[in-house]
This record gives sequence, structure tokens and C-alpha cells, in this order.
Amino acid sequence: MSVVDVDLEMAGNPLVAGLERVPVRSTAIAIFGAMGDLASRKLLPAIYNLAHEGGLPERIALIGISRAKMTDEDFRARARESIDRFSRRRPDPDVLEGLLANMQYISGTFDDDGLYTRLGDALTALDAGFGTPLNRVFYLSTAPEFFPVITGRLGEAGLNEAQDAEVRAVIEKPIGYDLASAQAQNAAVLEYFDESQVFRIDHYLGKETVQNLMALRFANALFEPVWNRNFIDNVQITAAEDIGIGTRAGYYEGAGALRDLVQNHMLQLLALLTMEPPTAFEANRLRDEKVKVLEAISPPALDEVAEMAVRAQYGPGVVSGSESVGYRDEPGVAPDSRTETYAALRLYVNNWRWAGVPFYLRTGKRMTRKQTEIAVTLRPVPHMAFQGADSAGVKPNQIILTLQPDEAVTVSLGAKVPGTKMQIRPVNMEFHYGTAFVSESPEAYERLILDVMRGDATLFTRDDEVVALWRIIDPILAAWAADTSSPVPQYPAGSAGPVEAEALLDGRSWRRL
Amino acid sequence: MSEERWAERDTTPERIEAALRELLRESHAVDATLVPARVLNLVVVADREWRGEVVNRLERVGRFHPSRTILCTVEDDRREIDGYATVSGDDSHDGGIGVLRESVEIALGASRLSRLDTIIDPIVISELPTVLWSPHSRDEAVQALLPIVDVILIDTDDPVYFDGPGAALARAAELLDSNVDVVDLAWLRTIAWRERLAGSFSDPVRDGLLDGLKRIYVRHHHGSIVSALLLTGWLSSRLGWIPSELVPGAGGASQAAAVRSGGGPSVSIEFDPVDQAIRGLAGVTVTGSAGFSLSFDRAPGGLIAHEQSAGAKPREWQLFGASRGEGGILGEGVRQALIRDPTYGPALQAARSFSR
Repeated sequence: MSVVDVDLEMAGNPLVAGLERVPVRSTAIAIFGAMGDLASRKLLPAIYNLAHEGGLPERIALIGISRAKMTDEDFRARARESIDRFSRRRPDPDVLEGLLANMQYISGTFDDDGLYTRLGDALTALDAGFGTPLNRVFYLSTAPEFFPVITGRLGEAGLNEAQDAEVRAVIEKPIGYDLASAQAQNAAVLEYFDESQVFRIDHYLGKETVQNLMALRFANALFEPVWNRNFIDNVQITAAEDIGIGTRAGYYEGAGALRDLVQNHMLQLLALLTMEPPTAFEANRLRDEKVKVLEAISPPALDEVAEMAVRAQYGPGVVSGSESVGYRDEPGVAPDSRTETYAALRLYVNNWRWAGVPFYLRTGKRMTRKQTEIAVTLRPVPHMAFQGADSAGVKPNQIILTLQPDEAVTVSLGAKVPGTKMQIRPVNMEFHYGTAFVSESPEAYERLILDVMRGDATLFTRDDEVVALWRIIDPILAAWAADTSSPVPQYPAGSAGPVEAEALLDGRSWRRL
Repeated sequence: MSEERWAERDTTPERIEAALRELLRESHAVDATLVPARVLNLVVVADREWRGEVVNRLERVGRFHPSRTILCTVEDDRREIDGYATVSGDDSHDGGIGVLRESVEIALGASRLSRLDTIIDPIVISELPTVLWSPHSRDEAVQALLPIVDVILIDTDDPVYFDGPGAALARAAELLDSNVDVVDLAWLRTIAWRERLAGSFSDPVRDGLLDGLKRIYVRHHHGSIVSALLLTGWLSSRLGWIPSELVPGAGGASQAAAVRSGGGPSVSIEFDPVDQAIRGLAGVTVTGSAGFSLSFDRAPGGLIAHEQSAGAKPREWQLFGASRGEGGILGEGVRQALIRDPTYGPALQAARSFSR
């Protein structure tokens, strides 16, 4: 159900008009993988914070599901510990106690039919006890191999639909391992659930900054006239991290930078940056535009990959003054690992607006600093009036959208240096969201969980969008997998990345981190 | 946390403004990651004797802090203007920025209030919205500042500074008519109640019950009758009811009736003051046909809901939400200064019907 549908549903209730927070139908949230890291660190604290703010619906029930055998009380104790530890605000004891009292736990393996019988019984009992049919949200906070298992068993048990209530399934990334597995996963999930019931989370889209990217483009007349091939020379999208893989070797060795960040987050940023304005900020209209622009990016042929993509691994180096080991020396990483910790791509969006404009994407671990930004570089002025040394400071304008560590928009301009000569140097005009809205942004998961309960899929990834994303990445993965002999380029930990990535830029330079 | 201070006796607005610029420059020189917040100006006009209380409330505003706060403390017989300026900032983290906030305090005499605009105008950041809060109803100051403010923050629930709820609501209506936006703290104290009522009647199991409401019973803090009137005014304006004048009852209670603009039985509306430590509403009961009633009562950790329907067992449950406290209400007022609530005006007009 889209926002439009939500509004229509509420249209019969005149009390809803003008409220900043639109009411949400009473809901039962069943979390599969409730003992996992995501549930502990993000989901339970997010649900608590919604409760603290008064954002949860009138009746809320939370069912934790996992293999571990434990009682409701044990689960509540674990949930309390997670919320105490990871909530962005100190829990109010009365709110927390009340919320915990609405939690229960069901133990079972995800392929156990009995689990779904017990879950169905629990939901029926909740409906009866609350005196209203609760909407159902099945949150699959599990490894991806369980997605088809769980959605299949839910469907076989008849839990994919409910009388007088909406049923929704939330699926966490990664959606597939490559194009074929993503398509297979979509097909399995859609065997029992309609696409309108499926909410695929890319938590990046729940970040205020990413939503601000749309506000910047579509709420300001300033940028739109130059937002095309006539004025833009190139775009660089950077997602650099200063940290290594930590304890995630098991996951990372099988994933790599391309799957971990480029296939989802960075291509989503590219889509939001380049899509046509949707006619309304509504789920399917927005996602239609994203799919259109993603489909305008030509995937490379296998023999073109070497010219448009670079992979690398961090070697030993110095990060923040301390010695740091290389990727292959990290615990859990194979000494001959070929998994990339750095990926850089050059892509083109082949449509009327963007033809010929290169989009450079790079991401890496153990780089100079943590920085996520989009740098849009405009073409130079057509005629240089300032001659000789005076013109040395005239640089093409840049519009830089920074997402991390601070949300900011910077426009670089050429300005006269005070003095008797007409000398030009670049200056920055900066706008920091943190200084213009002195408020603490809600966690992405708070926004996204609320949207799922409201049935608003605007910030979630549709099945054809998943396919469009993988279609771009798949040939690169295939080419890299096929190449088992050439050395994987190395870059020192704490550096800006491998020198090989410079070759992608057609004589330009990467922005300094 | 960094902090730079300046003070001067017998000063001028121009010198205060120059001092702020210098303090910002000094702060930035000490730590280049500190940059000034640019959200809004908050001008507060308060009686000198209540300065401590006002400062405490401003400190509890929390995360919706304004960029530049200008507190004017008024003493009747004072002649000179004394100025104090502070620029403080949170330390930056993760290589990001730290946000600086500016506070000014101006001690002045009541004789200055009729031209207070000439003192405040040079000190506000001109490109930002300016919000005025005059908790002690210094109307002379408010009139002087109206041309330079965008939003006025009032508390129609404050019985000390309004001659009854009728006068409070009339003043709010007058301000609304004078081309400024009004953020009323009494209205903000009803947010959770309005959201919960709207949510309850959005549940399909209560389909149609809204049209059959027969009685609204509101319990409120002794000093918060206006919040109660605004809540019922909101219900009236949304549901097409026309309220009658309030009739006083025993023990501070009062009642009225509302006729439905589309015809049908009238709605009984009752108000009852109750002992409660914090201001605002204490409870709301809506009663409909066929034995239906739904109550919300303030409780630790949110509201407790009680529902009674014909042929069904009574139900009770908790609606979650931590209390904001009065500091939080003021903070919410500052935040609301950046947005607009189209339902306040109609609710206010309907609430005024109670005091015709």
C-alpha cells in the first residue's frame, strides 16, 4: 500500500487531517532471527525509540523467533539488554517495561512446520485478545538463504494473508549474490507474497541525508537547469571507510566491496542523483524513475570490464598514526584471498540527459578517512576573461553533497582575492544540515519500520529495481571471478586507494579524501 | 564543549552585535570545525524577577535549540541597557563539525519596551525566521516586535497572564489575524491526545463510531482549561460541531453542548479540573451509542486506554510515549516554528465558542 492508499484509508476519518504523524494500524511484528546482531543493535532499539516518541500504533505486539530455546522472560531480558545498550536515547523505564510486556518468544528452526503453526496460533490469540485484527509484519532478519524457506513456509501455513488485515514481509540485504540468485530469491518470495507486500530494506535509503538528496534536486530550481550533460563534466561518488573488516571476515571474504556497497548503496545514490523528477513522491512513481535510469546504464561486456572497473586490496600501512595489517593478514582471511576491499567503476547513463557524462564510483576500506560524498563537477567557463597568472585559480564549479561524516552541501565558486589585482581563487559556499536543523535525526531503521507499518514502500527496493542493480554489477563480478591469475592491486592502508584507479578517470583526478 | 563570553554595562545593540561577531570569530579560530547554527532567532521578553525560571526552561529546550536566543529581562525602573553575550558549542566528533549557539541577554527598563524593535532588530540574524516568546505578557513589547517577528510563541494555558480562558483565546486569535504565525504551547500539550484519538478512530473495528459520539469528558490540570477547550475545539472543528457557551458547575467543573452542523443529537461536553503535578490534560473519555466508550488517562510511560463496548469485556492497554515535560513542550514549540499546523486556527475558533 502506498502513501496515497494510506491517505485514502484515513480519508474517512476527519481527525487525521493536519496531523504531522499519520496514525498507523495496530500491528504485530514477528522478527525471524530475533537473537541476531541486527535485531539487537538496530531493530529492537528502533522499535523502542518509536515507542518513546509515541510513534507506535495503538496496539503493538512483538514476537521474537529464533532457534535458541528460551522463555518469553528470557527473551524480554535479552531485549531489555539490547535496548539499554544500543538505544540512541536513555530508555524511559515505564515505556520500556510496557513495551517488553508486549513481547513474546517462539523457538524453532525456520524449516519447522510446527514453528509456523505456533506463530499462527500466537497471532490469532493476539487478534482475539486485542479485539482487532492486527496487521502482520514478518521481519526476516536472517541470512539470505532462509528468505525463501521462511516466505515459503509462511505461505504454506496461510500466514501470507489475513482477513481484514495487511500482511507484509521485510527482507534485509543482501538480495542475492549475483543476478541469477537475486532473480531466484525474488521468484521464491513472490511465490506466496505479492510484490506490494514485500519490503526490501536498504537502510541507506532511510537516512535523512539520502532523502535530502531528493529534496535538494526537486525542491530547488537552482540546480535543475544545470543538472544535465550540457553543464556537468563528470560525477564522482565516494564511499570511503577508514576501518578495516573487523570481525566480519567470514561475510566479507564471500562478498567484497562491489557487493557490499556498490551494488546497493552507491548505485542507489547514482539513481537518485540521475533519475527524472517523479510526478509525485509516491512509492511506485519514484521507483519507476529509478528503474528507468538504472536500465539506462549499459552493463559492460566481459572484455570491457578491465577498462571500466578496478579492484584492489589494502596492504599494510599506517592508519591514524598506528601500524595496520594488510587485508590478507586479517584474522579469518585467506592468505591468497582475491576478495576486493576496494572497487572503482566508470559508468555512463545512456539517456538524453546524461549521455557522455562519466560517473566515477569508488569505495574502499582502510582508506585515508571516512567520507561519503557525491561530487558533481561542472564544465569550465566557455571563455577565460582572466588571463595569465590571474586565471590560475579559476576552477570548474563543483557541487558536493556530503553524506558522512556530516550532511552538507558545498558549492565551490571562483572569487576575487582581496587586493589591487584581479586574482581568482576557489572558495566554498557551505551548508551544513546540522547547523540548519539543530535536531537529532531518527535512526534509519525507525523511519523504515514505521514506513513498513504504514505500508509506504517509497524507500524500499522493488523487485525490478533489484534486477536492474544486479544487471550492472553482474558482468564485473563474472570477469573478476574468471581472472584467477593476474595480481590483485594493493594499496597501503590509510591511503586514498590504488594508483591503478587513476586510469579510469580519463586524465582527471579523484577528489582528495 | 567550548564557550566564549562578553559583557558590557550601558551598552548598545550595535556593540552587542559586534561582540557576537567577535565571539564567533574567536570560537572559529580556536576550533575551525565549530560553525554557527542557522535555524532561527528566539527572542524572549521576561520580567527580571522570573529570569531564573525562564533561563531554566530555555536550558531544557534540548535538541530543538534555536541558533540565537535573545533574552530581554525587564525591570520597571531600569534606565541603562546592559548586555551579555555567550557563544557556546558542542565539540565536533568523527572529524565532523561542532555547532555553535549564540545567547544574548539584555537587561533593560520597561520604558524601552514600546520601541523594543529598534533594540532587537540589529541583533537578530536577518535571514532566519524570528520567534517571539513573551511569557509574562509584556504586550507593549509584543506590539513593538510584531513587525519583525515571523512566529509568536504563546501559552494560552497560562492563567497568571490572561484574564480567563476567553481572553487567552481572544489574544491568540488577535495575533493570528496580525500576519504572524502562532505556536500555542497549550495546543502542543494536546498533540498526543489528538494523535491517539485520531488513531483509535482509524481502526476499522471502530468504523462509524465517530459519527455517533454523544459525550466528551475531559479531565485537566487546574491551570490547563485552555488545553481542554482547544482539544474539544479541535474535535468540534473536525467533526462539524458548533459548541455552546460554557456553563460553570461545582468544584471548577464546567460543561457545554455542541450541535452537529448536519443535524442529529447534540454532544455533551464536560470539563473537570483534577490534581495533577504537570500541566496539560489528565484524561479524555469519548462516549458513543450502543454502550461504546473509550478513555485515555495519563500514566507513567504514556497513556492508559480503557474501552467498553456493548457485549464485550472491558479492555485496558498502554499507549506508549515518554512525557516531554515542560522543557520538551517549549522545545517542541521552537520546532513547530519551522512548520505550520493548519488545524490550529479552526480549533481555536471553535474553542472560542465556549466563551462567547
